Amino acid sequence: MRFADVTEAIGNTPLVGLPHLSPEGYHIHLKLEGHNPTGSVKDRVAKYLIDQAERFGQLAPGQRVLEPTSGNTGIALAAICRVKGYPLTCVMPENTSEERKQLLTMFGAELVYSPAEQGSNGAVRMAQQLASDDPNVYMPFQYGNAANPLAHYETTAPEILADLPEVTAFVAGLGTGGTVTGVGRRLKSVNPQIKIYAAEPEYGDLVYGLRNLDEGYVPEVLDVDVLDGRIKVDSRSALEWTRRLAEEEGIFAGVSTGASLAVAVRVCGRLPEGADIVALSPDGGWKYLSTGAYAPGDLDELADRISATLWA
Amino acid sequence: MARVRIPTVLRKFTAGEAIVTVDGATVGEAFRALVAADDEFARQIFDGEELRGYINVYVDDEDIRYLDGLDTPVGAEDEIAIMPAVAGGAA
Repeated sequence: MRFADVTEAIGNTPLVGLPHLSPEGYHIHLKLEGHNPTGSVKDRVAKYLIDQAERFGQLAPGQRVLEPTSGNTGIALAAICRVKGYPLTCVMPENTSEERKQLLTMFGAELVYSPAEQGSNGAVRMAQQLASDDPNVYMPFQYGNAANPLAHYETTAPEILADLPEVTAFVAGLGTGGTVTGVGRRLKSVNPQIKIYAAEPEYGDLVYGLRNLDEGYVPEVLDVDVLDGRIKVDSRSALEWTRRLAEEEGIFAGVSTGASLAVAVRVCGRLPEGADIVALSPDGGWKYLSTGAYAPGDLDELADRISATLWA
Repeated sequence: MARVRIPTVLRKFTAGEAIVTVDGATVGEAFRALVAADDEFARQIFDGEELRGYINVYVDDEDIRYLDGLDTPVGAEDEIAIMPAVAGGAA
């Protein structure tokens, strides 16, 4: 495979079977989005956010891009903006991991920190304020931009259908909701019987550190009607499945992958025997090493200790 | 009887308790029992007869929107969890 530049190398990720972790009579497959150029599924989204903004004249040459992101979207945007000549500001909770801050800085992004105790909702609010104060910046806003699910509708889902036409269910984590919405709509347009499940990470109290429920945030891109179920996964279970994935299948993935895998295993019981389930692995584990998620030790103790920062 | 897990932001209504046990055979009955003594608590959970959009409710980890909503049955062993909607963690 040969590409003109890094943005062309996004997508076409491997779909890998899990012969050891699939329950008897079922076939779980992982779509390894960590194989994208900056190491996550967000390369697809960032490419679409910038391409669509260029296409519709929302982004002028050299204009500053600003986005609330605690990591993967920022890293993907930073690489793409660098190649395309746009300066970038990322707004993120101050407790974001060091690896991510270093990657963003190296790609030339400017970092603005929102208070850790306000979690990702705080980063969203601060970015919206900064964007409204400065008419010269362009905020793609992945949480509300149709280009986000469109990236999955036009690329992720067709890849799954090409590799596994008999897919019976799809599982992905809920962040912006772009993955389940885009993939879900495409798969159901081909076969309405295909089931779509969302894995909802049960964050630590810090992420929920809202003063009142009015500060809750439901992303506009999430289409709740495309889902057949939404299942929450606690840190311990996500960690357990992430570690089993390395120990039994030789796949080193981020903790969100463990959450989706936990849901994939859980829903097998409600699917016909022989069903093929695709779970999306948003990234590899590299950026999370400093959290301690892969360190030896007791899982319960580990989950207690790092649940506040695990998903941040 | 059902156990209800209360998020940090609502614990001011439960004397700081993270888990509260209430009567009720469905989520709706349990929630009405939960907020019966406090109008402000009721307003935080309900918008009229419906749950407010900014909270997600799970019975044994499953979002009740995809079960039977407020009519979802709960047994003594079940845990009802209330979680505020948040922008995605690693997005």
